[in-house]
Amino acid sequence: MFVLATNVTILESLGYSVLGIAIVFAALVLLMGIIKLQSIILNKKTEKPAAPAAAPAAPAAPAAAPQLAPGSAGEVKLYDVPDKVAAQLMAIVADTVKKPLNELRFISIKEVK
Amino acid sequence: MNVLDILGTLWGNSGFAGLMVDWRSLVMILVGCVLLYLGIVKKFEPLLLVGIAFGTILTNLPGANLYHPELWDAIIAHEKSWGAVFTEGGFLDILYIGVKGGIYPSLIFLGVGAMTDFGPLLSNPKSLLLGSAAQLGVYCAFILAILLGFTGEQAASIGIIGGADGPTAIFLTSKLAPELLGAIAIAAYSYMALIPLIQPPLMRALTTKKERETKMEQLRTVSKTEKIVFPVVVSIFVILLLPDTAPLIGCLMLGNLFRECGVTDRLSDTAQNALMNIVTIFLGISVGATTVGSRFLTLDTIKIVLLGLLAFCFSTVGGLLLGKLMYKITKGKINPLIGSAGVSAVPMAARVAQVEGQKANPSNFLLMHAMGPNVAGVIGSAVAAGFLLALFG
Repeated sequence: MFVLATNVTILESLGYSVLGIAIVFAALVLLMGIIKLQSIILNKKTEKPAAPAAAPAAPAAPAAAPQLAPGSAGEVKLYDVPDKVAAQLMAIVADTVKKPLNELRFISIKEVK
Repeated sequence: MNVLDILGTLWGNSGFAGLMVDWRSLVMILVGCVLLYLGIVKKFEPLLLVGIAFGTILTNLPGANLYHPELWDAIIAHEKSWGAVFTEGGFLDILYIGVKGGIYPSLIFLGVGAMTDFGPLLSNPKSLLLGSAAQLGVYCAFILAILLGFTGEQAASIGIIGGADGPTAIFLTSKLAPELLGAIAIAAYSYMALIPLIQPPLMRALTTKKERETKMEQLRTVSKTEKIVFPVVVSIFVILLLPDTAPLIGCLMLGNLFRECGVTDRLSDTAQNALMNIVTIFLGISVGATTVGSRFLTLDTIKIVLLGLLAFCFSTVGGLLLGKLMYKITKGKINPLIGSAGVSAVPMAARVAQVEGQKANPSNFLLMHAMGPNVAGVIGSAVAAGFLLALFG
């Protein structure tokens, strides 16, 4: 075996590396499974008590609808404007006109110099 | 005693005479000034680099007796007890106890945990795969370091630079190869600061324009309960799997629990700000103290700097290649650019993915998608460090 001026040979280092990356993958894949399982269990638990409550109180449903703002109303082009500033500007506009952000359509944001 | 004798004695006792004896101290003071320039003017990780640079200057001032590497050699060789640090050591020796004991990196992780939102990871657990692929550089650099004649312990410490995680690199190196701590810490933090320069050419070389333009679906909302349970589950699982990761993972997840549980806002605030700042000062100055000229100015330091760069590149490539594979498997639902964020360097690597994605498609917002692999990289590099520590510790 090719031995270097070190306490580990090249073959050993290759073996350790393969084993090391396999362990990192295995650990994170297992963690991925745990997270998925956790989300299934926890989401089921939160869904269960909500279901009977939602059934008799059907008229309450429309009130809950505006709570979330799924999707978006298109794409916005930014010219020399950082994302953070653009997000702040859009939030300010939405707050000023009292409309949810996903009902507004921003075509572009440009800094006036 | 005449005046000339007195002046001669004063000169002999002064640090200036020491500078004449060992030129390396002078060179290291200049190196410290260059690092200060990089930290202050170029803003390379200034919060840590300024402390490291000043520690470099202080430790190389002859006669100051702030740090004694030979004392630490004796402690590591069990010739002296830790108590000798208080009786024979200087100010920086005492601060260095926190590095040697793995206290500062773990406390930094407490703050990092308190600052980190694991929501993007929880909403897209596949991110963890990218976080593990981006540890490729750790092992490539490990093999290359062995080829260059480093010992297994030293090679493991050099390899972990590829994890792009400063506290993890310092934690592992202080345990396995404390003689390389200064060079490894400086290389790790410098390259982390250079991520916006290192990663984009690799990202463009390894992905097509079509792949970079890929828009990803909006992430699902993660419930509060999931966020609270997550740090507890990760701590139990990862520490049981690799007990050597306990200080890092334990502190990271405790910090995150402070943030998410909703009843410890004051502790979360302290971990994120006051504690983090105090520990950063101690860590920076004591890591800088290890850069004593006689030990730092060697060929090994140059090798470490080069290997560190390669480690970063290989890690980026690993993340990107798995990102491309996931793009193919999911039929274009995953933008491969987020793979490059699998190197931890939170949030710099995620920002780079966002910028590159937006260059390809101005309406592309990858930041939150890239945060998943980015925080997965923190866990991945801690797991990689735990493995290497189990192997060589």
